[in-house]
Amino acid sequence: MTVDTAAANWVDIAYLITSICFIFGLRYLSSPKTARVGNRISAVGMLIAVVATLSQGIVNWWVLGSALIVGAAIGIVSAQRVKMTAMPQMVAIFNGAGGGAAALVAAGELLKVFNANETPTHDVAFTSVLSAVIGAVSFAGSIIAFLKLQEVMTGRPITYPGQQVVNALVALVILVCWGLVVANVPNSLEFFWIALAASFVLGILFVLPIGGADMPVVISLLNSFTGLAAASTGFVLGNNVLIIAGALVGASGTLLTVLMGKAMNRSVTNVLFGAFGAVKTSTAGGAGKQQNVRSVSTGDVATMLAYANQVIVVPGYGMAVAQAQHSIRELADQLEKRGVEVKYAIHPVAGRMPGHMNVLLAEANVPYTSLHDMDDINPEFERTDVALVVGANDVTNPAARSDKNSPIYGMPILDVDKAANVVVLKRSMNSGFAGIDNPLFDDPKTVMLFGDAKKSIDGVIAGVKAL
Amino acid sequence: MTVHLLAELTVFVLALFVGLEVISRVPTMLHTPLMSATNAIHGIVLVGAILVAGAADAPFNAIVSFILVLLASLNVFGGYTVTERMLEMFRPKARAPKAPTDGTP
Repeated sequence: MTVDTAAANWVDIAYLITSICFIFGLRYLSSPKTARVGNRISAVGMLIAVVATLSQGIVNWWVLGSALIVGAAIGIVSAQRVKMTAMPQMVAIFNGAGGGAAALVAAGELLKVFNANETPTHDVAFTSVLSAVIGAVSFAGSIIAFLKLQEVMTGRPITYPGQQVVNALVALVILVCWGLVVANVPNSLEFFWIALAASFVLGILFVLPIGGADMPVVISLLNSFTGLAAASTGFVLGNNVLIIAGALVGASGTLLTVLMGKAMNRSVTNVLFGAFGAVKTSTAGGAGKQQNVRSVSTGDVATMLAYANQVIVVPGYGMAVAQAQHSIRELADQLEKRGVEVKYAIHPVAGRMPGHMNVLLAEANVPYTSLHDMDDINPEFERTDVALVVGANDVTNPAARSDKNSPIYGMPILDVDKAANVVVLKRSMNSGFAGIDNPLFDDPKTVMLFGDAKKSIDGVIAGVKAL
Repeated sequence: MTVHLLAELTVFVLALFVGLEVISRVPTMLHTPLMSATNAIHGIVLVGAILVAGAADAPFNAIVSFILVLLASLNVFGGYTVTERMLEMFRPKARAPKAPTDGTP
């Protein structure tokens, strides 16, 4: 770097302040009261780092300025316009953008060395391939995750014979090319490009077999990847703020991934390589066995709810799809007017993103104090008159407790079957994402209300008002 | 491994521990904003993008440089905006309800 010592010190201090801002920003996320301040502290930190970087002998102002402005405009406008229900896709796209940028930064640094007709040091060679590989996997994987969440392509796992072998071969190609670049084989730049391309392919292949219901795990894992890719570019550039910020994100993503896995009682390996749901659909036999379901009208449900003492709402992905959160809030308001206690039970993996349901209900003005974690709310079901399951399936399946042959045996669930009555809102009798029969639907105290969750709830609201 | 790399690795490992420590205190309720907030933070790769694309000996032509900075900029601005939108919805008490936008009575 051609910067003089004094300037470099100033910039390094700015980077230090940025790192502190990021840590405080995350620290303030430990409470909903301070979370917003935290995000702003983090944004200020980002601004400081960017301004400090721009002061470092930058040329190419036209390219930089226009790219910054166009990126900012697209980012801000799309982030403001997107519906809350489409949030997981949006996060996936931004995550992919970061991963792609990290891969290009690494490629650029390596290219610089080769352009100067020098041989990269082992350190630079190793870390630049590392960021290119992780960044490209994250970029391609995020695009596939986006397409699955946006339902451009099927959310079902896509599998084919020999899938694991193909993935392993692609991974092997990457490793060999990596080794050749690090070993400073002459003209090893070509191997770098092969590794980059293979990583892109691997990113696609690796997300294809993962089902929509496992997306919370994948999104947080890809987030962690982009963090690590950013940290790795920090090693390439010798830049501490990239290393620190990347490590913070990597740690956070990894922790979330493990937590999500635990909430499903499955190892992360099983989520990633198990193609969950693909195998089971053929063996579960679908809805054929479940014939004892009782279907009721919105009026019946309205009466049940209106004369209950306590109602627990159990939201799932079906609520997000139908955008029923506002209607649910309105129903809760109506019930509360009649003296009914309404609580919300949130399963850690309900939805397509960690904490997905919390955000949707918050959007509908449901106070976060009414939202309860699985462990808090489970003892409450026994004292509950009606459990209202809105588009949730596998997270309420009692087979997870009792049936050792069930694929989800051992997964912690919400004990809705312990409530006096259960109302299940469902689009149809199709089995859930995991393709497993749910004995809850056969339970004599369960009634089903078929149809779009939002329309059903609106019908129930009308029914409650008419009482 | 050079001394320089070892020093950076030390910073990396310590930052990992700080990250785990800080993030383990975030309640489940805020996990989506957490993911979105960390998603914005890895936009710090914008610093790397500016250094690579803005240098006098930039390795890429204008188009690749533009795409590089654009991707990073998208990550930063989009990431912070989405997080801000999520967090502004978390209120301890119900607000006055907004006018329904979807024709619900």
